[in-house]
Parts: sequence; C-alpha cells; structure tokens
Amino acid sequence: MPQIKSPADLDRVRKEIIAKRDPNKPCVTICAGTGCQAYASGRVSAAFEDEIKKQGLKAKVDLRRTGCHGFCEKGPLVVIFPNEICYLQVTLGDVPEIISQTIVQNKVVERLLYADPLTGEKVVHESEIPFYKNQTRLVFGNNSKIDPKNIEDYIALGGYAALSKVLFSMSSEQVLEEVKKANLRGRGGGGFPTGRKWEECRNAPGEPKYVIVNCDEGDPGAYMDRSLMEGNPHSVLEGTIIGAYAIGSHHGYIYVRQEYPLAVENVNIAVRQAKEYGLLGENILGSSFDFNIEVHRGAGAFISGESSALMTALEGRVGEPRPKHIHTVISGVWGKPSNLNNVETWANVPLIINNGAEWFRSIGTEGSKGTKIFSLVGKVNNTGLVEVPMGITLRDIIYKIGGGIPGGRKLKAVQTGGPSGGCIPESLIDSPVDFDELTKLGSMMGSGGMIVMDEDTCMVDIAKYFLDFLTDESCGKCIPCREGIEQMLEILTYITEGKGEEGDIELLEELSEVIRDTSLCALGGTAPNPVSSTIRYFRDEYEAHIKEKRCPAGVCKALISYYIQPDKCQACLICLRNCPAEAIIGGKNEVHVIDQSKCTKCGVCLDVCPERFGAVVKISGEAVPPPLPVEARAIRVKQGRAR
Amino acid sequence: MDVTKVDEIVAKYQRKEGVLIQVLQDIQAEYNWLPEEALKQVSQRLEVPLSQAYSIASFYKAFSLTPRGRHLLSVCLGTACHVRGGPKILDKVEELLGISDGETTEDMKFTLKRVNCLGCCALGPVMVVDKEYHGKLLVSKVEAILKGYE
Repeated sequence: MPQIKSPADLDRVRKEIIAKRDPNKPCVTICAGTGCQAYASGRVSAAFEDEIKKQGLKAKVDLRRTGCHGFCEKGPLVVIFPNEICYLQVTLGDVPEIISQTIVQNKVVERLLYADPLTGEKVVHESEIPFYKNQTRLVFGNNSKIDPKNIEDYIALGGYAALSKVLFSMSSEQVLEEVKKANLRGRGGGGFPTGRKWEECRNAPGEPKYVIVNCDEGDPGAYMDRSLMEGNPHSVLEGTIIGAYAIGSHHGYIYVRQEYPLAVENVNIAVRQAKEYGLLGENILGSSFDFNIEVHRGAGAFISGESSALMTALEGRVGEPRPKHIHTVISGVWGKPSNLNNVETWANVPLIINNGAEWFRSIGTEGSKGTKIFSLVGKVNNTGLVEVPMGITLRDIIYKIGGGIPGGRKLKAVQTGGPSGGCIPESLIDSPVDFDELTKLGSMMGSGGMIVMDEDTCMVDIAKYFLDFLTDESCGKCIPCREGIEQMLEILTYITEGKGEEGDIELLEELSEVIRDTSLCALGGTAPNPVSSTIRYFRDEYEAHIKEKRCPAGVCKALISYYIQPDKCQACLICLRNCPAEAIIGGKNEVHVIDQSKCTKCGVCLDVCPERFGAVVKISGEAVPPPLPVEARAIRVKQGRAR
Repeated sequence: MDVTKVDEIVAKYQRKEGVLIQVLQDIQAEYNWLPEEALKQVSQRLEVPLSQAYSIASFYKAFSLTPRGRHLLSVCLGTACHVRGGPKILDKVEELLGISDGETTEDMKFTLKRVNCLGCCALGPVMVVDKEYHGKLLVSKVEAILKGYE
C-alpha cells in the first residue's frame, strides 16, 4: 500500500476501495466482539467460511468479522447485507441453511429472527429491532459495519476525512474552538469540558506535550470503551490525532488494560495500518504534521485509570495518584503537559469535525451534548451496549431498549457511575440522564455502567459490595481512603451479619463525609457514594437489617434461612440429592426437611426445586417453623398417576 | 535459572525508560510467574532498583510472585456478575477445587482469581479460564467446565 500523501490521495484511495466493492453483493457479517466470541462466534464464522467454499460461492459472497454490535444478550449476531437481515443466537447448525436459503434463494430464515417477547411478531432488519430502533448510534454505529482489523473498511465509510479536513483547512485554534463550541464533555466519568482541557494543555509551558487515550476501563459493569477499542479503533485513533494537532502534541500513548486482549490486539493492528497508510507518524497526509503513538498495556489496577496514576504507570512506576493542585495538563507524564481523555471522548471528535459543533449541540440537553454509550446490564432482558442521546429517561433505556425486567420481577434500582456512583430508586426513573441530573440524584454518569437491579437485590449488600471492591483497589497512599473505607466496610459487614447497632447509619454518614472531604484522589473522594445513595433512598432497608435482623431482599446469608414448606413438598428428592451440605433429610414419599444446623445457605435447594412445586422459600426476620414430626412426613401417593 | 529469555525480552524494547511494566508483563507471559532471578536480571538490565521492580510486581494484579497453575481461572465479581449470582459461582469453584482466591491447586492445574470486572457484563455471571469465556453460568455447570481442562 503506497502512503497517502495528500487529501486528494485519501479521496482517491477511498473511491478505489468503494469501487472494488459491489454494494449489491451479499455480505455476511458476524459479530466478533468479546461477548459474541464467548458464544463461539469464532467457530460460527469459520463454519460460514467453510460453507461458502463448499457451496462454491466464494466469489459471490463476502464474509466480514465485525466489532461488537451491542446486543450481547442475543449473540452470536449475524447480519446479512445489503438487506440487513439480522439473525440472532446463530449456531453452527444454522450456517448451511442461512447460506442456502438467504444467500442463494434470498429467503429469510424465520426462526432466527428477533421475535417480540409479547406479540411474537418477527423483525427482519437489525435497525428495526426495538433494542436498536430506540438508540442513536453515532459513535457506536459503525462497529457493526467494519472489520476492525481492516483500515480499508473504516476509510470506505469516510474514515480519516475529519483528520484530512483539520490538517488542510483548519488551524489548530479553529479545531480547538470547534470542540469548545460543541461543549463535548469527558466521557470517562468526570464530565470535564474537553475543549477547555485541550486549551489548558496547549497553553501550558513546556515541550513536548503528550496526549493520552485512557482505555483502563475498570469500572465494574462498564465495557463500552472495550467495545469501541475492539470494534472501531481507527475512530479513536483519528480523534486522538486531531486532538494532538489542536494541542500541538507530537507524541501520544494509548493505555489499554491487559484484561482486554482483543482490544490490545486490534489497536496495535490499527496503529500499524494507520502508519502504513501515512495517517500516523511523520508528515501525516503530507501536511508536515508529525504524530506518533505508543500502546501501553495496563497491568491490572483499578486506580491506574485515574489520570495522574495512569501517567505514573506510563513511566513504568507503580500507578498511584498524586495530589492534583498542579493539573496533569500542566505537569503530567515525565513532568510535561499531558492531555488525557477517555476512549469514547476521543471517538466523538471526528464526528464533531465532520458535522460541526452546531450539529453536535443539537443533540442532548443544555449542559450535556451528544450521545452516551451505556452498558445496560444486570437484571434486564436485553443486556448489551446502548447509545442514547443525553437527556433520555432511565425508563426509556430500561423498558424501551432494555425490554424490562426478566422473570416478571419488579425494578428496584439502577446503579450508575461504577464504584463512585450510586443507586437510583425505581421512583426516580423518569429522570433524564445527563451529567448534571445524575449528580443531583446522588449518583453520577461515570464511564457509563448501568446496572439494573430487581427486588432480589439487597441494597445494603450492594453498598458492601462496592466498599469491598474499593478496599481491594485503594492504593493505600492516603489514610482516609485506606483506613476509612475499611472501617465503613466493617460496619456494613456487621449490619449484613445481623450485628448492626443503633447509630451505625449515622456513623456511616459521618465517615462518608470525612472520607469525601479528605481523600487524596477521586477514588477516595467518591468512595462513600454507594453508601450515601443507598442510605438516602433505602434507609428502611438498612433499618430492617439493624433493628429487625431482617434482609428484605433475602440476600444476606446470616439473616436468612431456607425452609421447605411441607404442604408443597412433593418429596421428589431433587433438592435432597443436590444439597452439597447433605443438610436435607427425607426420602421417597417423605416430606423433606432442612437440618438448619447443617445448612450452609448456598441456595441450591431453592434453585433446583421445580417451579411447579415452589416448595423451598427463604425466610428472614422470623423464626423457621419447627419441622414436622417424623410420623407426619409421609406423603400419600396421588392416585391415578400410574396410567 | 536460565535468564537468556529475560535478556531477549529486554532487548525487544529500544529504550530503558518507562518500559519496566511492559517487560515484566512479557516475562509473566513467558514464565507464567515472576521468578526472583528474573526480577534481578530485569533490574540490572534496565538499571532500576530491584525494589522498584518488586513494587511493580506486587502492586499490579497481572503479576504473580509464585508459580501459577497451568490454567488461570478468573471468576468475575463485577457488579453485573454480582447481582446475577457471581458469588455463588465463586463459592462453588472454591468448594470443588479446595482453594480460595489467589491460590493454586496442589497439582498445579488451576490458579483461582477473583476479579473485579472482565468487561463482558452482558454475559454475567462469567468465569474465564485462560482465554475462554464461560458466560451466563449456572452453579450446576461449573463442575463439568472444570473437568474439561487437563
């Protein structure tokens, strides 16, 4: 591939790529994101390759392994273009049929289509499935159209046009102004105005200046950065080069956590290809602008996603944060001005340049412009990644896109913002989602994790879960965070074990305030949020644990007992055989009884008890009824069954 | 111990500054742990104090200062996995293998790690063995999965 040396060259290359491709030629695209790969999409795509060869269609059909489409719940996903026929949960056995029916005869395989869970109505096209229809996929949309390992796919869709525009028709000041005018705010959690950050870095004294892509996505429950990095790395790269041009930087870093091997692989390929095409390196597109970028694998530490800690890690040291009275835009990596943005923020930049700040400002709310990608997970029907305009309500996300709560259960709360965020109760789900509104509710946008919780989730347990996470991830440098969170965790553990005392809630609130005010970095500063927000909205649940020794959701092991209702037990032996603690007494035709002294409360009996019997229940806050006397345990075998 | 591999890894990097973490990751991948001799060699080659290499090795989760089993088994306890029963999966694995978080079975078959989010939250609860993802896990499936590894 000869290097692209001018904007005209880029246009020519784009046209050549498009000319090589017949838009009417069928193309089978298979999602190769991590989610679908877990469902063996790798084997499915190999099967497609074999089948296409076998049926002698190699010249007539294209096959493309794309990035994550987002509808991870229904993977592996297969979409066949040009008609955009979408098949869900495709297995190896479906492959020959798809080829012979859809490709050869242009017929739709009905059973693989999306079916509306209520009406059963089938949906043929991907974009018409409610999960996608109600989204606005500006940043994430191209994921499903391109092979992330092939730069030509990105160029064909207009990739690097924004870079070309910036380098040849805009001054760096104009680029900066455009991003400022768009009011793009950082997608990594803080929501700091991106343009202002760039400007501060640009104006900071000292050379060289660095730009950094933060893909150390460690928030539990969030994986949008992963999917962008795996699925459309060039969009991130293009945004970063544009940012570097605006700032006046010639060297950058991409920090990717090593837990994301596919992201590491794809971004390395993208960097290599961009260099080969003259879109990265010296004299980019013949503009005399130079920019190089290095990929750095993070070695696994949540705190290293904090900007100052990440920069320390880039220097090959322990990734601990430092006080930020001098911002990293003034003194960052190697003590030089450094501008760090999150993956999703960078990926928004080419869109702003291509479509203009006014266009970007037309999407979203007063204070939060554009879209945001959320990972909609937990107790929701359609789990996956969703991109929505800022200002959409939580209700629309959970019900219109997410398809509601599984198993007919009731929604209890939504957790946003990862360990720094909070839980928003069901009563507030008509609130619009943007940076400021979520903060008002005592939570935060964070990087975009959205974990849906149903009535089987204990809010005290969730608060404890986050503190447990944070004690594990606290780097230990400052005392309020290291010791304070530990103390809060201890109190919460007592509460969940039924050892809570009057005054514990107040003590938690007091500790929260101190930790928030005195911690060194944002990890400690926001660590009390999961506790404060659950106390704010679910105080009664804390009180039930403390005063009544009762866990209303039936989660906290020490406060629950499993009990087999004798009138419902059919003596089927299933729970008895499955109990790992051998705590169930009984036999054929004899009502089963749990020996409470042996029970480890693992819950297997409840899981395996056939739904039609529903004999096993959880009891909390009251005594377990005494077992039936042995002589009363016999079950009369139903007559007439042995026909 | 033969440290020529360490030298080869260090030689791959063109500079000494800022590459310590990357070098240690490569060594971890090569040996499956970070032997003391390797750390010493790295500190000499990169001209960094051994204490710094040790601090990195003990701070980041990717590194192990004891030999790891043939298979690294990560049970995810991220929030999405947590609300979908991740802790029960961990309990089951611990019960079956007789080890807890961070430990290795005596036969060196498995090393168990509890992790805080693997970034495939839609599949929760998730367990990853080496590079293979096992999603939407049920407690009842764990034993069969473990038996599939040699």
